[in-house]
Amino acid sequence: MLTAFAIVTDGLVYAAYLFVVAIGLTLIFGVMKILNVAHGSFYAFGAYGAATAVGIYFDRGLPDAGGFLFMILVAMAIGLVIGLVLERGILRLAYGRDEVVIVLITYAVFLILEDMLILIWGTGSLAAYQPLVAAGNVEVGALILSGYDIGLVIFAGLLALGGSYALNYTRPGRLLTVVIFDRETAAAFGINVTLVYTATFALGAILGALGGAVMAPKIAVTLGIGVEVIVLAFAVVAIGGMGSMEGALVGALIVGLCRAAAVHLVPQIELFVIYGVMALVLIFRPHGLFSRAEPRKI
Amino acid sequence: MITTRATTRGAAAAVLGSAIALAAGTASAQQPAQSVKLGVVSFLTGPAAGPFGIPARNAAEILIEGLNTGKVPAPYNKVGFGGAKIESKIVDEAGSTAQQVTEYRNLVQRDGVDAIVGYISSGNCLAVTPVAEELKTITVLFDCGTPRIFEEAPRKYVFRATPHATMDSVGAARYIVEKKKNITAYSGINQNYAWGQDSWRDFVLAMKTLAPKATVDKELFPKLFAGEYGAEVSALLTSKSQVIHTSFWNGDLESFIFQSSARGLPQRIPIIMTAGETAVARLGPKMPDGTIIGARGSHGAFFSPDNELNRWFRQAYVDRFGVQPTYPSYHMAQSILGLKAAWEKAAAAKNDARPSVDEVIAAFEGLEFQAPSTTIKMALGKGHQGIGDISYGTYKYNKQKGQPEIVDVVRYPAECVNPPADMTSTAWLEGGMKGAKCK
Repeated sequence: MLTAFAIVTDGLVYAAYLFVVAIGLTLIFGVMKILNVAHGSFYAFGAYGAATAVGIYFDRGLPDAGGFLFMILVAMAIGLVIGLVLERGILRLAYGRDEVVIVLITYAVFLILEDMLILIWGTGSLAAYQPLVAAGNVEVGALILSGYDIGLVIFAGLLALGGSYALNYTRPGRLLTVVIFDRETAAAFGINVTLVYTATFALGAILGALGGAVMAPKIAVTLGIGVEVIVLAFAVVAIGGMGSMEGALVGALIVGLCRAAAVHLVPQIELFVIYGVMALVLIFRPHGLFSRAEPRKI
Repeated sequence: MITTRATTRGAAAAVLGSAIALAAGTASAQQPAQSVKLGVVSFLTGPAAGPFGIPARNAAEILIEGLNTGKVPAPYNKVGFGGAKIESKIVDEAGSTAQQVTEYRNLVQRDGVDAIVGYISSGNCLAVTPVAEELKTITVLFDCGTPRIFEEAPRKYVFRATPHATMDSVGAARYIVEKKKNITAYSGINQNYAWGQDSWRDFVLAMKTLAPKATVDKELFPKLFAGEYGAEVSALLTSKSQVIHTSFWNGDLESFIFQSSARGLPQRIPIIMTAGETAVARLGPKMPDGTIIGARGSHGAFFSPDNELNRWFRQAYVDRFGVQPTYPSYHMAQSILGLKAAWEKAAAAKNDARPSVDEVIAAFEGLEFQAPSTTIKMALGKGHQGIGDISYGTYKYNKQKGQPEIVDVVRYPAECVNPPADMTSTAWLEGGMKGAKCK
């Protein structure tokens, strides 16, 4: 019973982490059909920005609650700036080119941003554990759960609900949905697709940075964190279906629960299980669980 | 006259010739000895750069500078290597093993280095070793821990002054058994690659000898750079272990400390961190009290002895970088000093002339030399693998002084925690560590 409870709680925490990381990636792909390798850099910049913000804030002995908000706002601001600069400065010039070329461009951007991290923050790692400590913990039987992890699950849940509501019940969300379905038709109906692209990329970058920000208190913020994240995010998005927000949520839950079960029951296959699940899903659903039917253009 | 003229001309020519010869000789005598080109390879980017690669690079920087200016204390006070200044080229270890092999070839074939000191990753060490043998270049591996380098095949051009990972695990097991005599169960969380797997295997084998009644509870192998350890922490929280072994390093170590501390794991079960010393100064009060700390030797601010060489090294490091050197810095320093000692021993045998590669190799094999923190004996792998002492201690944050401390320090002699020369690590461990000299 205790093991089952641990699998569920650990699975949810890992799923929350994966979802927060993957949602921006799937949004950008869904709207712009760009497989954005630079998403890992958004995560890293968000984490570094948040760690810096936490350091500044908590060094001044200010109330804990404000620290959470401050680190999130700083990371979102960083994501917004990077997203806008990249979309307007680089990607805009590559629209219409082959998808592989755009992937290579985002890879080049990723490498440039990794070096920019060194230029700005140096090669040392940053620690931003104060929010993790401030959130405390809860004892449940033999288990001790982190208050921060519980908050992370709630945050991811709210993000999923908010994202779903925004897409389905707000005007900008519906415009976005139209562009996701067919860019040309959307343009023909007068939707400013260029603006939608810019806003989407900026939003995706903000979400990527947000993922880094919420994870920063749990990890050593160090060079290379973006590389690991992008691999996991791709796996989640591939399972759920590229471009599907529901898919990212379900994909994150599947991976999170399977991994937690593996760690508790068969730890030897922990490394294999994420990609094993992905392979299994793709055998039966090559475009992921929530891929939509593609209209055939003649 | 002709004769005279001829004689005069001959004399003049002779004088001129002598003058030219003398001038050439003088010039030759005044010309500085040809420099020694040294390739230095360490992580300058990526997750291993901050806690490992950069401190090692920093150590190389101050040591080479100190050697070139003759400021390093005796017996290393001769300039450079045997009077020849060291010209270093530093290369980033980040990237794939294939990339490291290419970079290695570039150092040797394009840059013409005389020797290479480098490599933190065991994977990279394994990859460049056959290339070093092929290119006949002296290579001193400075930090990687896998025992396989010299146990799988004899090497001619490759050396490692730093003891291999078996020492860390045996030292950890000895410390645990000494402090927890009635231990009945233990668990491990190690990274899922050569270093983590080897460390855990050696630790378990050593425990089987030292505490045969103790059983393994949880064996966890998260992937390298996993970052999120929630499930692992839960599994350990629900275990019956009395101690948790980890050989985590780099950002993984710090992430695990943050996440496990937030959930009270170290307060419930003490953790032994074989590579924990690199995180002590950085984390300070965040490092949980009671954590058992290793430094892959007797290195760093807490374990290294007070001697002239170590004082110079620490002071030079602190003056330049504002922090204490950690064990990767010591590994780099002892590797460069080992090469220097071998070079100068070989040079001394030929009246301080520049030694050949084979002469340096012959001098390095089986060499015993003083490093800042210990005496290194090149005792294993037919004289190519060093052994040294190792220390473990228990972490405690001194709130009054506002600084970390390591208490209950135990230093184990090299022969107590390393296999004998004629045996592989695994065979020695499986045979009950016979011949270990601990007193």
